[in-house]
Amino acid sequence: MTLDLLPLALVDGVAYASLLFLVSMGLTLVFGVMGILNVAHGAFYAFGGYAAASFVMFLAPKTDSPLLLFAALFVAAVAIGLALGSIMEFLLIRRAQNYDPILKLLLTFGAFLMLEDIQRLLWGAQPYSASEVVNRLGNIEIGDITYTTYQLVVVPVTALLAYVCLEFFLRHTKLGKQTVATTHNREVATSLGINAKKIGYVTFVIATMLGALGGAMAAPTTSLVPGAGTDMTVLSFAVVATAGLGQITGALIASLLIGIIRAIAVYAAPELEVAVPYIIMVLVLIIRPHGLFTVAQARTI
Amino acid sequence: MKVPVLSLLAAVATLVLGYSYSWTITPIVIGLTYAIAALGVSVMARAGQISFGHAMYSCISAYTVAFLARAMPGTDALTLILAGVLASFLAAVVIGLFVVRYRGIFFGMLNLALSMVLFALLGKLYTLTGGSDGLRIVRPAMAGFAMERESFERALLVLTLVLSLALAWWVQRYFRSGSGQALSAIKTNETRLEYLGFSAYLIMWKGYLLSAVVVGFSGAILALMQGLVTPEIGSWLRSGEFVFITILGGAGHAAGAFLGAVGFETVKLVSAAYFPGLWQFLLGLTLILVIFMFPTGFVGQIMKRVAAQSRAQAREKSPVRIPVRN
Amino acid sequence: MKPLIKTTDLYLAFGGVVAADNINFELREGERLAVIGQNGAGKTTFINICTGYLAPSKGKVYFDGRDVTAMAPRKIVRLGMGRSFQLPQLFTEHTVRQCVQIAAARRNKELSWFRSLESTIDGREVDATLDLVGLLPDADELSIGLPEGKRKLLDVAMALALQPKLLIMDEPTSGVASEDKFGLMETVMHALDERQVTSWFVEHDVDIVSRYATRVAAWIAGKVAADGTPDEVLNNAQIKSEVLGA
Repeated sequence: MTLDLLPLALVDGVAYASLLFLVSMGLTLVFGVMGILNVAHGAFYAFGGYAAASFVMFLAPKTDSPLLLFAALFVAAVAIGLALGSIMEFLLIRRAQNYDPILKLLLTFGAFLMLEDIQRLLWGAQPYSASEVVNRLGNIEIGDITYTTYQLVVVPVTALLAYVCLEFFLRHTKLGKQTVATTHNREVATSLGINAKKIGYVTFVIATMLGALGGAMAAPTTSLVPGAGTDMTVLSFAVVATAGLGQITGALIASLLIGIIRAIAVYAAPELEVAVPYIIMVLVLIIRPHGLFTVAQARTI
Repeated sequence: MKVPVLSLLAAVATLVLGYSYSWTITPIVIGLTYAIAALGVSVMARAGQISFGHAMYSCISAYTVAFLARAMPGTDALTLILAGVLASFLAAVVIGLFVVRYRGIFFGMLNLALSMVLFALLGKLYTLTGGSDGLRIVRPAMAGFAMERESFERALLVLTLVLSLALAWWVQRYFRSGSGQALSAIKTNETRLEYLGFSAYLIMWKGYLLSAVVVGFSGAILALMQGLVTPEIGSWLRSGEFVFITILGGAGHAAGAFLGAVGFETVKLVSAAYFPGLWQFLLGLTLILVIFMFPTGFVGQIMKRVAAQSRAQAREKSPVRIPVRN
Repeated sequence: MKPLIKTTDLYLAFGGVVAADNINFELREGERLAVIGQNGAGKTTFINICTGYLAPSKGKVYFDGRDVTAMAPRKIVRLGMGRSFQLPQLFTEHTVRQCVQIAAARRNKELSWFRSLESTIDGREVDATLDLVGLLPDADELSIGLPEGKRKLLDVAMALALQPKLLIMDEPTSGVASEDKFGLMETVMHALDERQVTSWFVEHDVDIVSRYATRVAAWIAGKVAADGTPDEVLNNAQIKSEVLGA
């Protein structure tokens, strides 16, 4: 790989990492607060992406504004997050609280299978894309290389903003602090009067929205096809496991690590590209079985 | 005593079905490979450990069959199967050395990660592996006889049924052996096992090898039945389905995996017939309902009742009755 | 006669707390040693070091003449040092008999992959061990269904099945109703005598100590503050005030 491809690889890597991070944030949040590893999380990504693409394709002929089209992505993500997150939380997650961790995981696996077929029913097998968003936002030239504004600026900034908002929520709002308390010790938190059920619902919906946002942000640059959810489930697992279950900031770093190395691999060793996240996960888990950033074993499974 | 007889009857009935309606052979054999794979997964489940990547052993075995059949055409089917199983065994020897140090979700995830590395590489190394299209396998001779498709399928059916019975018998014996009982003791009190002088690491490793070998058989048969190997054989979804079947059937008895597979295939068949395009939906729904209603699986519930009954009978027979103080 | 257990200058500190402060101790075969001391005095730390669960920063442990300092617990167990636990550590999905069978299987060279557990161990010996602790009628019950006293006995039976030279018992009568304590100790001590097992137990109940121990060692702040016959130690003024809280 020649050195002048490096900036391209980096931008690719960071954009990809941003999407990974958006999705992984949700997955690790749910695990941290509720002790559930949600296999269906990848489906939220897929639903968010498909919904965003559909919405954009519907809006595009009706408006010239790039901003509106971009906002459509957010609207889709929030809508999916609220709808899917609420339904799943009420019907499944709530009832799963007291089961063995493996059974909890299998319950979400069942939900994942159901969601996959629903996705296929709603959107079929043809690829969906929202590339119009990228087109409308134009390009930026740095040095000799032209980047799309979307990849270079919009995606990473969105991910960063989401991270900042989540951290702010957890550290500086009452509900957020209660959520953190529930993470550390559910029984104590409940006995202090914290409404664990409400926390569970809010956490899960936020996580779902983040997952869907990841998909929505991916829609302009990738084609959504059946199997997108399947791929993203394991990918986000890899990020979360590498970072340490429940570590949000850790997930940021792990996403960057995986995203950038993978982008470099695309140019330097393309056969390995798809395997890179999992190779990193294996290497990290062998050296630090609980992930890179786990501190004390406040929660063991 | 009843289970072996019932199993034999079921096997004979299946054989008759397959011979009478040759179109049923493919689904039956494929269903049995799922059952055998779940049997392998259930060995680890006895220790309380669920692997989310065991499909990789099915995959390694299947691709070994494909590679060998292409590299040395004319190799007998039986040899191919043994080679596949050997490959899975050797892989498990190495992988098991570090994987069995882990417990719980980390054990599950590490196996998952390894299987995904394999899956990703198989998909990408097109020139070696045929990529996501996979590799075709020319129908080999079996036990020295070159056969036409129908006879080959019948022979494969017989072989698979025999292997199913043999593997189930072996696993069940293992469950009741010293090694197997120690393995299940890991689930409830690994520390005590160490304090009795056992090496939980060694016991787990041996169990892991057995589970990989059993799953290896499943992959090799699948390869021969399909005449094709693709990376899907080792995908995490496949591993998840194996776990699903294990949970459905419970890990209490070797028969559980087969009963679970019957349930699994039934759901698939029914949905294909009445709700095509929704088989995953129905499968997922079934999994959720079964977990909520039978946390130890159908077979698990039956086993519990049987065990409780036999304890009650033993109590009746015991000559000394001492009041139990609570 | 060489001592069964011997420690020389054993030292271990956690943070600022000295849990084992240069302990030189010997335990001889045939003794029934009771260890007393307040919580945090270092009694359990000492046991953990001797059984290989903790490594001392200084000093050595010898078992039956062999240096076992920082040896893996399971290797020390195989040399003949048995242990039973304050909270009985049982195999909760196995029956009483199976728990003892699994322990007994340890005495074989290898665990069989194929032959059933029952066929690889001496069934009569297992039954004899169960009988010794009075659990034979409950042999086919699931261990998890037993009342507390019987669970303690099963814990001891499992350790006995290994035919140890020494059995270390961590608070054998704790958690047991007071009217059952003596019955339990009587059964356990009788079993140990039958099998010629030296015993070492941590106890808080002074009556149990004076009735069943041949020797008492009192721990204060990581050191052995008093060591002698039950009469000597239990009537020692310092021990009475600092350990027994009299």
